[in-house]
Amino acid sequence: MVDHWTPQLDIYLDGELSANETRELDAHLRTCPSCAADVLSRLQLKRTIHSAGQRYSSTREFRERIRTNIAAKPRRSPLRMWLGAPVAVALLLIAGLVTMSVRQQQLQREHTFSELADLHVATLASVNPVDVLSTDRHTVKPWFQGKIPFTFNLPELQNSEFTLVGGRVTYLGQAPGAELIYQIRKHQISVFIFQDRAVGRDLGSGSSSPKDLSFNLQSWTQDGLRYFVIGDASTNDIHNLADMLKKVS
Amino acid sequence: MVYLKEVLEERLTASTFEELAMPLFDQLYNFAHWLAQDRTEAEDLVQETYAKALKGFSSFQLGTNFRAWMYRILRNTFLTSRTGLKASATMPLDAEDEMEIPAGPVTPESILIDQSQQQLLQTAIEALPLHFREALLLCEVEEMSYQEIAETLSIPIGTVMSRLSRARKALRESLQHKLART
Repeated sequence: MVDHWTPQLDIYLDGELSANETRELDAHLRTCPSCAADVLSRLQLKRTIHSAGQRYSSTREFRERIRTNIAAKPRRSPLRMWLGAPVAVALLLIAGLVTMSVRQQQLQREHTFSELADLHVATLASVNPVDVLSTDRHTVKPWFQGKIPFTFNLPELQNSEFTLVGGRVTYLGQAPGAELIYQIRKHQISVFIFQDRAVGRDLGSGSSSPKDLSFNLQSWTQDGLRYFVIGDASTNDIHNLADMLKKVS
Repeated sequence: MVYLKEVLEERLTASTFEELAMPLFDQLYNFAHWLAQDRTEAEDLVQETYAKALKGFSSFQLGTNFRAWMYRILRNTFLTSRTGLKASATMPLDAEDEMEIPAGPVTPESILIDQSQQQLLQTAIEALPLHFREALLLCEVEEMSYQEIAETLSIPIGTVMSRLSRARKALRESLQHKLART
Protein backbone atom coordinates (compact mmCIF):
# COMPACT_ATOMS: atom_id res chain seq x y z
CA MET A 1 0.00 0.00 0.00
CA VAL A 2 1.25 3.43 -0.89
CA ASP A 3 0.04 6.27 1.19
CA HIS A 4 1.31 9.82 1.66
CA TRP A 5 3.84 8.59 4.20
CA THR A 6 5.61 6.21 1.88
CA PRO A 7 7.93 8.79 0.27
CA GLN A 8 8.81 9.98 3.76
CA LEU A 9 9.93 6.63 5.14
CA ASP A 10 13.55 6.75 3.95
CA ILE A 11 13.84 10.39 5.04
CA TYR A 12 12.45 9.35 8.41
CA LEU A 13 15.06 6.60 8.70
CA ASP A 14 17.77 9.05 7.60
CA GLY A 15 16.77 11.25 10.53
CA GLU A 16 16.04 14.17 8.25
CA LEU A 17 12.35 14.71 8.99
CA SER A 18 11.43 17.66 11.14
CA ALA A 19 10.54 17.03 14.78
CA ASN A 20 6.83 17.49 14.11
CA GLU A 21 6.83 15.16 11.10
CA THR A 22 8.77 12.57 13.06
CA ARG A 23 6.22 12.64 15.86
CA GLU A 24 3.36 12.29 13.38
CA LEU A 25 4.99 9.39 11.56
CA ASP A 26 5.81 7.66 14.83
CA ALA A 27 2.12 7.83 15.70
CA HIS A 28 1.13 6.55 12.26
CA LEU A 29 3.51 3.57 12.42
CA ARG A 30 1.91 2.47 15.70
CA THR A 31 -1.41 2.16 13.92
CA CYS A 32 -0.35 1.02 10.40
CA PRO A 33 1.16 -2.51 10.21
CA SER A 34 1.84 -2.14 6.48
CA CYS A 35 3.97 1.03 6.89
CA ALA A 36 5.61 -0.44 9.98
CA ALA A 37 6.64 -3.51 7.98
CA ASP A 38 7.86 -1.27 5.18
CA VAL A 39 9.96 0.76 7.61
CA LEU A 40 11.41 -2.39 9.09
CA SER A 41 12.32 -3.68 5.66
CA ARG A 42 13.93 -0.37 4.66
CA LEU A 43 15.82 -0.28 7.93
CA GLN A 44 17.09 -3.76 7.25
CA LEU A 45 18.25 -2.72 3.81
CA LYS A 46 19.82 0.43 5.22
CA ARG A 47 21.82 -1.56 7.75
CA THR A 48 22.90 -4.06 5.14
CA ILE A 49 24.03 -1.32 2.78
CA HIS A 50 25.99 0.25 5.65
CA SER A 51 27.72 -3.02 6.31
CA ALA A 52 28.25 -3.98 2.66
CA GLY A 53 29.46 -0.47 1.84
CA GLN A 54 32.40 -0.77 4.19
CA ARG A 55 34.03 -3.01 1.71
CA TYR A 56 37.52 -1.75 1.04
CA SER A 57 40.45 -1.24 3.31
CA SER A 58 43.90 0.01 2.41
CA THR A 59 47.20 -1.59 3.22
CA ARG A 60 49.07 -0.47 6.31
CA GLU A 61 51.99 0.59 4.12
CA PHE A 62 49.81 2.93 2.09
CA ARG A 63 48.33 4.45 5.21
CA GLU A 64 51.80 5.08 6.63
CA ARG A 65 52.94 6.57 3.34
CA ILE A 66 50.11 9.08 3.46
CA ARG A 67 50.83 9.85 7.10
CA THR A 68 54.48 10.43 6.32
CA ASN A 69 53.61 12.64 3.38
CA ILE A 70 51.42 14.94 5.42
CA ALA A 71 53.40 14.82 8.67
CA ALA A 72 54.67 18.15 9.95
CA LYS A 73 58.30 18.34 9.01
CA PRO A 74 60.78 21.17 9.17
CA ARG A 75 61.57 22.68 5.87
CA ARG A 76 64.00 25.34 4.85
CA SER A 77 62.25 28.65 4.89
CA PRO A 78 62.65 30.97 1.93
CA LEU A 79 64.31 33.44 4.34
CA ARG A 80 66.92 30.91 5.30
CA MET A 81 67.41 29.98 1.67
CA TRP A 82 67.94 33.63 0.84
CA LEU A 83 70.38 33.89 3.70
CA GLY A 84 72.08 30.72 2.53
CA ALA A 85 72.74 32.03 -0.95
CA PRO A 86 75.01 34.94 0.11
CA VAL A 87 76.82 32.65 2.53
CA ALA A 88 77.45 30.19 -0.29
CA VAL A 89 78.62 33.01 -2.53
CA ALA A 90 80.85 34.34 0.25
CA LEU A 91 82.32 30.89 0.80
CA LEU A 92 82.97 30.56 -2.91
CA LEU A 93 84.62 33.98 -2.92
CA ILE A 94 86.76 33.10 0.09
CA ALA A 95 87.71 29.80 -1.48
CA GLY A 96 88.52 31.64 -4.69
CA LEU A 97 90.58 34.24 -2.84
CA VAL A 98 92.46 31.58 -0.90
CA THR A 99 93.16 29.71 -4.12
CA MET A 100 94.27 32.91 -5.78
CA SER A 101 96.45 33.80 -2.80
CA VAL A 102 98.07 30.37 -2.74
CA ARG A 103 98.57 30.53 -6.47
CA GLN A 104 100.02 34.03 -6.18
CA GLN A 105 102.45 32.90 -3.48
CA GLN A 106 103.41 29.99 -5.65
CA LEU A 107 104.01 32.29 -8.60
CA GLN A 108 106.03 34.67 -6.42
CA ARG A 109 108.12 31.80 -5.12
CA GLU A 110 108.73 30.49 -8.62
CA HIS A 111 109.58 33.98 -9.77
CA THR A 112 112.06 34.47 -6.90
CA PHE A 113 113.70 31.10 -7.46
CA SER A 114 113.90 31.83 -11.15
CA GLU A 115 115.48 35.19 -10.40
CA LEU A 116 118.00 33.59 -8.05
CA ALA A 117 118.82 30.97 -10.65
CA ASP A 118 119.44 33.80 -13.11
CA LEU A 119 121.72 35.52 -10.61
CA HIS A 120 123.56 32.26 -10.01
CA VAL A 121 124.01 31.61 -13.72
CA ALA A 122 125.04 35.22 -14.34
CA THR A 123 127.67 34.96 -11.63
CA LEU A 124 129.11 31.75 -13.00
CA ALA A 125 129.12 33.21 -16.51
CA SER A 126 130.84 36.39 -15.39
CA VAL A 127 134.50 37.01 -16.05
CA ASN A 128 134.71 38.28 -12.48
CA PRO A 129 132.26 36.10 -10.62
CA VAL A 130 133.19 37.47 -7.21
CA ASP A 131 134.16 40.85 -5.90
CA VAL A 132 136.11 39.47 -2.99
CA LEU A 133 138.19 36.46 -3.93
CA SER A 134 139.20 34.48 -0.88
CA THR A 135 138.81 31.09 0.68
CA ASP A 136 139.06 32.62 4.11
CA ARG A 137 135.77 33.42 5.73
CA HIS A 138 137.47 35.97 7.96
CA THR A 139 138.34 37.91 4.82
CA VAL A 140 135.09 37.49 2.96
CA LYS A 141 132.74 38.35 5.77
CA PRO A 142 134.36 41.70 6.72
CA TRP A 143 134.40 42.68 3.04
CA PHE A 144 130.65 43.09 3.17
CA GLN A 145 130.76 45.62 5.99
CA GLY A 146 129.20 48.89 4.83
CA LYS A 147 128.04 47.30 1.60
CA ILE A 148 124.95 45.55 2.93
CA PRO A 149 122.69 46.54 5.84
CA PHE A 150 123.23 43.36 7.88
CA THR A 151 125.91 40.92 8.92
CA PHE A 152 126.11 37.15 8.90
CA ASN A 153 128.33 34.27 9.95
CA LEU A 154 130.11 31.83 7.69
CA PRO A 155 130.94 28.23 8.59
CA GLU A 156 134.35 26.73 9.13
CA LEU A 157 135.04 24.48 6.15
CA GLN A 158 138.22 22.86 7.30
CA ASN A 159 136.92 19.34 7.55
CA SER A 160 134.47 19.49 4.67
CA GLU A 161 134.54 19.06 0.93
CA PHE A 162 133.35 22.61 0.42
CA THR A 163 135.60 25.46 -0.52
CA LEU A 164 134.75 29.14 -0.21
CA VAL A 165 135.50 30.86 -3.50
CA GLY A 166 134.51 34.42 -2.60
CA GLY A 167 131.60 36.80 -2.49
CA ARG A 168 129.83 39.72 -4.10
CA VAL A 169 127.02 42.12 -3.40
CA THR A 170 123.82 41.27 -5.23
CA TYR A 171 120.25 42.48 -5.39
CA LEU A 172 116.97 40.69 -5.29
CA GLY A 173 113.99 42.87 -6.00
CA GLN A 174 116.09 45.96 -5.18
CA ALA A 175 117.03 44.49 -1.81
CA PRO A 176 120.80 44.31 -1.29
CA GLY A 177 122.29 41.05 -0.16
CA ALA A 178 125.35 38.87 -0.12
CA GLU A 179 126.19 36.21 -2.65
CA LEU A 180 128.80 33.71 -1.58
CA ILE A 181 130.29 31.18 -3.95
CA TYR A 182 131.22 27.76 -2.68
CA GLN A 183 132.72 24.92 -4.59
CA ILE A 184 132.38 21.21 -4.09
CA ARG A 185 134.27 19.04 -6.49
CA LYS A 186 133.57 20.74 -9.85
CA HIS A 187 130.24 22.23 -8.83
CA GLN A 188 129.80 25.81 -7.82
CA ILE A 189 127.07 26.71 -5.41
CA SER A 190 125.68 30.17 -4.69
CA VAL A 191 124.57 31.12 -1.22
CA PHE A 192 122.34 34.20 -1.20
CA ILE A 193 121.65 36.02 2.06
CA PHE A 194 119.08 38.84 2.35
CA GLN A 195 117.15 40.51 5.09
CA ASP A 196 113.94 38.50 5.29
CA ARG A 197 111.75 41.59 5.63
CA ALA A 198 113.45 43.18 2.63
CA VAL A 199 112.71 40.19 0.44
CA GLY A 200 109.20 40.37 1.85
CA ARG A 201 107.90 37.26 0.24
CA ASP A 202 106.47 34.09 1.68
CA LEU A 203 109.01 31.77 0.21
CA GLY A 204 108.45 28.93 2.61
CA SER A 205 111.12 26.71 3.97
CA GLY A 206 112.72 23.62 2.54
CA SER A 207 114.10 22.22 -0.61
CA SER A 208 112.98 22.86 -4.09
CA SER A 209 114.12 21.88 -7.51
CA PRO A 210 113.54 24.35 -10.29
CA LYS A 211 113.68 21.48 -12.74
CA ASP A 212 113.49 23.62 -15.81
CA LEU A 213 116.89 24.97 -14.80
CA SER A 214 118.20 21.69 -13.42
CA PHE A 215 119.18 23.36 -10.14
CA ASN A 216 118.68 22.24 -6.60
CA LEU A 217 117.71 24.85 -4.07
CA GLN A 218 117.18 25.14 -0.37
CA SER A 219 115.80 28.16 1.43
CA TRP A 220 115.14 29.08 5.03
CA THR A 221 114.95 32.00 7.40
CA GLN A 222 117.06 32.37 10.50
CA ASP A 223 117.58 35.36 12.78
CA GLY A 224 115.78 37.68 10.39
CA LEU A 225 117.79 36.63 7.39
CA ARG A 226 116.63 34.73 4.36
CA TYR A 227 119.09 32.16 3.00
CA PHE A 228 119.07 30.53 -0.44
CA VAL A 229 121.48 27.80 -1.41
CA ILE A 230 121.32 27.04 -5.13
CA GLY A 231 123.47 25.10 -7.52
CA ASP A 232 123.76 22.15 -9.84
CA ALA A 233 125.32 20.01 -7.12
CA SER A 234 123.36 17.11 -5.69
CA THR A 235 120.52 17.64 -3.29
CA ASN A 236 122.66 16.07 -0.62
CA ASP A 237 125.47 18.56 -1.17
CA ILE A 238 123.06 21.48 -1.10
CA HIS A 239 121.55 20.09 2.08
CA ASN A 240 124.95 19.65 3.75
CA LEU A 241 126.05 23.20 2.96
CA ALA A 242 122.74 24.53 4.22
CA ASP A 243 123.21 22.63 7.47
CA MET A 244 126.66 24.10 7.96
CA LEU A 245 125.30 27.60 7.44
CA LYS A 246 122.43 27.02 9.84
CA LYS A 247 124.80 25.89 12.57
CA VAL A 248 126.87 29.06 12.56
CA SER A 249 124.05 31.54 12.10
CA MET B 1 61.51 36.30 14.69
CA VAL B 2 59.44 36.46 11.53
CA TYR B 3 60.99 33.22 10.40
CA LEU B 4 60.23 31.53 13.74
CA LYS B 5 56.60 32.64 13.51
CA GLU B 6 56.35 31.27 9.98
CA VAL B 7 57.81 27.94 11.00
CA LEU B 8 55.55 27.61 14.04
CA GLU B 9 52.47 28.47 12.03
CA GLU B 10 53.44 26.06 9.30
CA ARG B 11 54.14 23.22 11.71
CA LEU B 12 50.92 23.94 13.57
CA THR B 13 49.04 23.85 10.29
CA ALA B 14 50.58 20.54 9.24
CA SER B 15 50.04 19.11 12.70
CA THR B 16 46.40 20.23 12.80
CA PHE B 17 45.80 18.87 9.33
CA GLU B 18 47.21 15.49 10.28
CA GLU B 19 45.02 15.36 13.39
CA LEU B 20 41.92 16.17 11.38
CA ALA B 21 42.64 14.24 8.21
CA MET B 22 44.09 10.92 9.32
CA PRO B 23 40.96 9.74 11.21
CA LEU B 24 39.14 10.04 7.88
CA PHE B 25 41.65 7.92 6.04
CA ASP B 26 39.82 4.57 6.13
CA GLN B 27 36.50 6.10 5.10
CA LEU B 28 38.08 8.15 2.33
CA TYR B 29 39.93 5.15 1.00
CA ASN B 30 36.75 3.06 1.03
CA PHE B 31 34.82 5.79 -0.77
CA ALA B 32 37.65 6.26 -3.29
CA HIS B 33 37.65 2.54 -4.03
CA TRP B 34 33.89 2.54 -4.51
CA LEU B 35 34.22 5.40 -6.98
CA ALA B 36 37.25 4.16 -8.89
CA GLN B 37 36.55 0.45 -8.43
CA ASP B 38 40.26 -0.24 -8.65
CA ARG B 39 42.84 -0.45 -5.86
CA THR B 40 45.64 1.39 -7.64
CA GLU B 41 43.36 4.15 -8.82
CA ALA B 42 41.89 4.43 -5.34
CA GLU B 43 45.36 4.84 -3.84
CA ASP B 44 46.27 7.49 -6.39
CA LEU B 45 43.01 9.24 -5.66
CA VAL B 46 43.54 9.25 -1.90
CA GLN B 47 47.14 10.32 -2.22
CA GLU B 48 46.22 13.20 -4.49
CA THR B 49 43.36 14.16 -2.21
CA TYR B 50 45.62 14.41 0.83
CA ALA B 51 48.24 16.33 -1.11
CA LYS B 52 45.69 18.82 -2.42
CA ALA B 53 44.02 19.15 0.96
CA LEU B 54 47.30 19.81 2.75
CA LYS B 55 48.27 22.37 0.17
CA GLY B 56 44.92 24.12 0.44
CA PHE B 57 44.50 23.69 4.18
CA SER B 58 45.45 27.28 4.88
CA SER B 59 42.33 28.33 2.97
CA PHE B 60 40.11 25.95 4.95
CA GLN B 61 37.97 27.74 7.51
CA LEU B 62 38.32 26.00 10.85
CA GLY B 63 34.90 25.37 12.31
CA THR B 64 33.32 24.48 8.98
CA ASN B 65 32.76 20.90 7.87
CA PHE B 66 36.20 19.39 7.37
CA ARG B 67 34.85 15.95 6.46
CA ALA B 68 32.66 17.35 3.70
CA TRP B 69 35.63 19.41 2.49
CA MET B 70 37.87 16.34 2.24
CA TYR B 71 35.22 14.29 0.47
CA ARG B 72 34.58 17.14 -1.94
CA ILE B 73 38.29 17.28 -2.84
CA LEU B 74 38.35 13.52 -3.33
CA ARG B 75 35.24 13.53 -5.48
CA ASN B 76 36.39 16.45 -7.62
CA THR B 77 39.73 14.75 -8.07
CA PHE B 78 37.96 11.59 -9.15
CA LEU B 79 35.70 13.44 -11.58
CA THR B 80 38.72 14.90 -13.36
CA SER B 81 40.42 11.50 -13.63
CA ARG B 82 40.02 9.36 -16.70
CA THR B 83 37.76 6.89 -14.88
CA GLY B 84 35.76 9.72 -13.36
CA LEU B 85 35.24 11.45 -16.67
CA LYS B 86 34.08 8.19 -18.20
CA ALA B 87 31.73 7.45 -15.31
CA SER B 88 30.17 10.90 -15.25
CA ALA B 89 29.77 10.83 -19.04
CA THR B 90 27.60 7.73 -18.78
CA MET B 91 25.48 9.18 -16.03
CA PRO B 92 21.82 9.68 -17.01
CA LEU B 93 21.06 13.38 -16.81
CA ASP B 94 17.37 13.09 -17.43
CA ALA B 95 15.20 15.11 -15.13
CA GLU B 96 17.41 14.67 -12.12
CA ASP B 97 15.68 17.35 -10.12
CA GLU B 98 12.17 16.29 -11.00
CA MET B 99 9.94 15.28 -8.16
CA GLU B 100 10.89 11.85 -7.09
CA ILE B 101 8.65 8.98 -7.93
CA PRO B 102 7.57 7.36 -4.72
CA ALA B 103 8.96 3.92 -4.40
CA GLY B 104 6.44 1.23 -3.81
CA PRO B 105 6.21 -0.58 -0.52
CA VAL B 106 9.10 -2.88 0.14
CA THR B 107 8.11 -6.25 1.36
CA PRO B 108 10.41 -7.89 3.89
CA GLU B 109 10.52 -11.00 1.74
CA SER B 110 11.89 -9.12 -1.24
CA ILE B 111 14.87 -7.47 0.35
CA LEU B 112 15.80 -9.47 3.39
CA ILE B 113 19.46 -9.90 2.73
CA ASP B 114 21.67 -11.76 5.09
CA GLN B 115 25.43 -11.52 5.31
CA SER B 116 25.94 -14.25 2.72
CA GLN B 117 24.14 -12.10 0.16
CA GLN B 118 26.28 -9.02 0.74
CA GLN B 119 28.13 -9.73 -2.47
CA LEU B 120 24.85 -9.44 -4.30
CA LEU B 121 24.22 -6.08 -2.72
CA GLN B 122 27.76 -4.86 -3.44
CA THR B 123 27.38 -5.79 -7.07
CA ALA B 124 24.09 -3.91 -7.19
CA ILE B 125 25.71 -0.81 -5.65
CA GLU B 126 28.61 -1.03 -8.11
CA ALA B 127 26.12 -1.10 -10.95
CA LEU B 128 24.42 2.12 -9.84
CA PRO B 129 25.17 5.22 -11.90
CA LEU B 130 27.98 7.26 -10.33
CA HIS B 131 25.83 10.12 -9.00
CA PHE B 132 23.40 7.72 -7.36
CA ARG B 133 26.16 5.53 -6.00
CA GLU B 134 28.08 8.38 -4.39
CA ALA B 135 24.98 9.90 -2.80
CA LEU B 136 23.90 6.52 -1.45
CA LEU B 137 27.35 5.72 -0.04
CA LEU B 138 27.73 9.10 1.60
CA CYS B 139 24.33 8.67 3.24
CA GLU B 140 24.36 5.01 4.18
CA VAL B 141 28.02 4.23 4.71
CA GLU B 142 29.44 7.58 5.78
CA GLU B 143 26.19 8.47 7.54
CA MET B 144 26.38 12.04 6.35
CA SER B 145 23.43 14.36 6.80
CA TYR B 146 21.71 15.68 3.71
CA GLN B 147 23.38 19.01 4.35
CA GLU B 148 26.84 17.39 4.41
CA ILE B 149 26.10 15.44 1.24
CA ALA B 150 24.93 18.64 -0.41
CA GLU B 151 28.21 20.35 0.59
CA THR B 152 30.30 17.42 -0.54
CA LEU B 153 28.62 17.05 -3.91
CA SER B 154 28.05 20.80 -4.31
CA ILE B 155 24.37 20.30 -5.04
CA PRO B 156 21.16 21.53 -3.39
CA ILE B 157 19.58 19.44 -0.65
CA GLY B 158 16.57 18.80 -2.90
CA THR B 159 18.87 17.17 -5.43
CA VAL B 160 20.42 15.08 -2.67
CA MET B 161 16.99 13.80 -1.68
CA SER B 162 16.11 13.12 -5.29
CA ARG B 163 19.29 11.19 -5.98
CA LEU B 164 18.94 9.18 -2.79
CA SER B 165 15.39 8.27 -3.60
CA ARG B 166 16.32 7.23 -7.13
CA ALA B 167 19.35 5.32 -5.94
CA ARG B 168 17.33 3.36 -3.41
CA LYS B 169 14.62 2.65 -5.94
CA ALA B 170 17.16 1.43 -8.48
CA LEU B 171 18.87 -0.66 -5.84
CA ARG B 172 15.65 -2.28 -4.68
CA GLU B 173 14.61 -3.08 -8.22
CA SER B 174 18.01 -4.51 -8.96
CA LEU B 175 17.93 -6.63 -5.83
CA GLN B 176 14.40 -7.82 -6.47
CA HIS B 177 15.44 -8.81 -9.98
CA LYS B 178 18.56 -10.61 -8.76
CA LEU B 179 16.75 -12.34 -5.91
CA ALA B 180 14.00 -13.43 -8.27
CA ARG B 181 16.61 -15.16 -10.44
CA THR B 182 18.24 -16.98 -7.53
